[in-house]
Amino acid sequence: MKLARTHLLSLAAVAVLAAFLFVADTWFDAFTIRVMNLSAIYIVLALSLNLVNGFTGLFSLGHAGFMAVGAYTCALLTMSPEQKEANFFLAPIVPWLAHVTIPFVPALIAGGLVAALLGVLIGAPVLRLKDDYLAIATLGFGEIIRVVLTNTQTITNGALGLKGLPEFASTAAVWACAALAVLFMVALTRSSYGRAMKAVRDDEIAAGAMGVNVFRVKVVSFAASSFMAGVGGALLGHLLTTIDPKMFTFMLTFNILLVVVLGGIGSITGSVVAAIVVTIFMELLRFLDGPLNLLVFQTEGRPGLRMVVFSILLMAVVLFRQRGLMGNREFSWSMLSRAGLLPKSEKGKHGLA
Amino acid sequence: MASLRTEHVTMRFGGLTAVADLNLEIGPGEIVGLIGPNGAGKTTVFNVITGMNAPTEGRVFYGDGDITGRGRHEITQRGVARTFQNIRLFRELTVLENVLVGCHLQMDTGMFAATLHLPGYRRKDRAAREFAMELLREVQLESHASDPATSLPYGKQRRLEIVRALATRPSTLLLDEPAAGMNPQESVELMHFIRRIRDQFDLSILLIEHHMQLVMGICQRMYVLEYGRTIAHGDPATIQNDPKVIEAYLGVG
Repeated sequence: MKLARTHLLSLAAVAVLAAFLFVADTWFDAFTIRVMNLSAIYIVLALSLNLVNGFTGLFSLGHAGFMAVGAYTCALLTMSPEQKEANFFLAPIVPWLAHVTIPFVPALIAGGLVAALLGVLIGAPVLRLKDDYLAIATLGFGEIIRVVLTNTQTITNGALGLKGLPEFASTAAVWACAALAVLFMVALTRSSYGRAMKAVRDDEIAAGAMGVNVFRVKVVSFAASSFMAGVGGALLGHLLTTIDPKMFTFMLTFNILLVVVLGGIGSITGSVVAAIVVTIFMELLRFLDGPLNLLVFQTEGRPGLRMVVFSILLMAVVLFRQRGLMGNREFSWSMLSRAGLLPKSEKGKHGLA
Repeated sequence: MASLRTEHVTMRFGGLTAVADLNLEIGPGEIVGLIGPNGAGKTTVFNVITGMNAPTEGRVFYGDGDITGRGRHEITQRGVARTFQNIRLFRELTVLENVLVGCHLQMDTGMFAATLHLPGYRRKDRAAREFAMELLREVQLESHASDPATSLPYGKQRRLEIVRALATRPSTLLLDEPAAGMNPQESVELMHFIRRIRDQFDLSILLIEHHMQLVMGICQRMYVLEYGRTIAHGDPATIQNDPKVIEAYLGVG
């Protein structure tokens, strides 16, 4: 098979990236690696939110709930019986969960599947709503999930959360998931199903009149997005090795929404770039939360100042670049050729591999 | 080929009766006109037939099936496609992609087969692209295939909408004011185009139009609505001389 130049370029880029990650994993300090891996998880989460918000046009704000479900499912399936016993000291864990321990990959998939199932159950009634109503309903469901997790003491250990999760979220694992998520999104959005989703986003009535089963497309998109959110949540749990219901508040959804909007609603490239940039800046700007020396005067720590800066950043984007970093465009090699960063090829039409 | 029939269809919105007791029939291969002053309920008739609104009373039959109150996509699947009075293209998709959405129906292989680009999907995708390009060639839009749909001038957007509806491979096509905003020259071309697609794709066509010359020129039969009621129906010559129709359109002095 003859490979096009763009395919070779893409393969080379993937190889360079993989090599970089491999080197980074051995040479960088633990903090840098942590930030790097957190970016990968944010890529998964941002893509998952972009799938419903950007590609299917459903303004959903319940993402933290699906992440929580994925995180808890995966954690409970991978923790050893001893760990579980140590965690559940207020009330013992339900017997059918006490001795279950399965490997990470199936547990991760199970986490995604449970989140997806919940997505279908919630989506079926809620997706009949539109716009702001849908946003409020999904926001409500996200909170309901969190409250349920807080109150099912014998299954989730309630407000105490789970500690000592096995550290399965290695660099290889999280970046493999991020790569799979990107591949899935690229393949999906280029397929006829992806086209149907965009048609629903652009004009629901016309999409229906073209024979697209609007409701089914919405539910499938919502379920696929929930699956990715569940996997992302599970990865996050195993990266931090501890989860509790307070982690999964609306703030978490907001952070991901920030990434999606900054990157460009409906752009895979945008979500990937913004996920990395935002995660790095979240850490770099951490000094804002501590005492500041502004030459003229000194402030004591103002926790939350970091988020003020992010909110200003978001406002600036909304004002000056309404469609985010990338709009709804995608990265392609021909884009670089056009900008003069790559020698022109006789035919360069393909995007990201 | 199936025929479309409505039986005693009434559509009320609160206290307003938009369509009252409509009995309409379109046989295979026919071009039927639906005319009437603004607000007569013509578009509502389209909405009821295509499942956008479920009628308050009465039934809609297509072929030998009852399609009253069915889902929009289901009615399209059975072979009734439509265009819209105010153009409803998919704004962020290209011209070709707009037509391909119409083809989605024929190639619905499920999300996973589509995402994984399985061989079955690839074959259907290739066939759909060929069919879509063929349709675009039909209306001289093939050079615009990769342009954003909304970058087209108005007249071409109208043609694109018709072609997009044809992509669902309908046997009955409902056109909602296809000549709106067209100059006389374009209207004549449109008339020929409608006849041509009728023959080429074996269609029956129901047409809403204000452009009398166009309607009289191509319709075999027509229905005239006023305030939701059917005040006349018959061939163009009969309609033209019907006193009620003249009154509705010109008023009585």
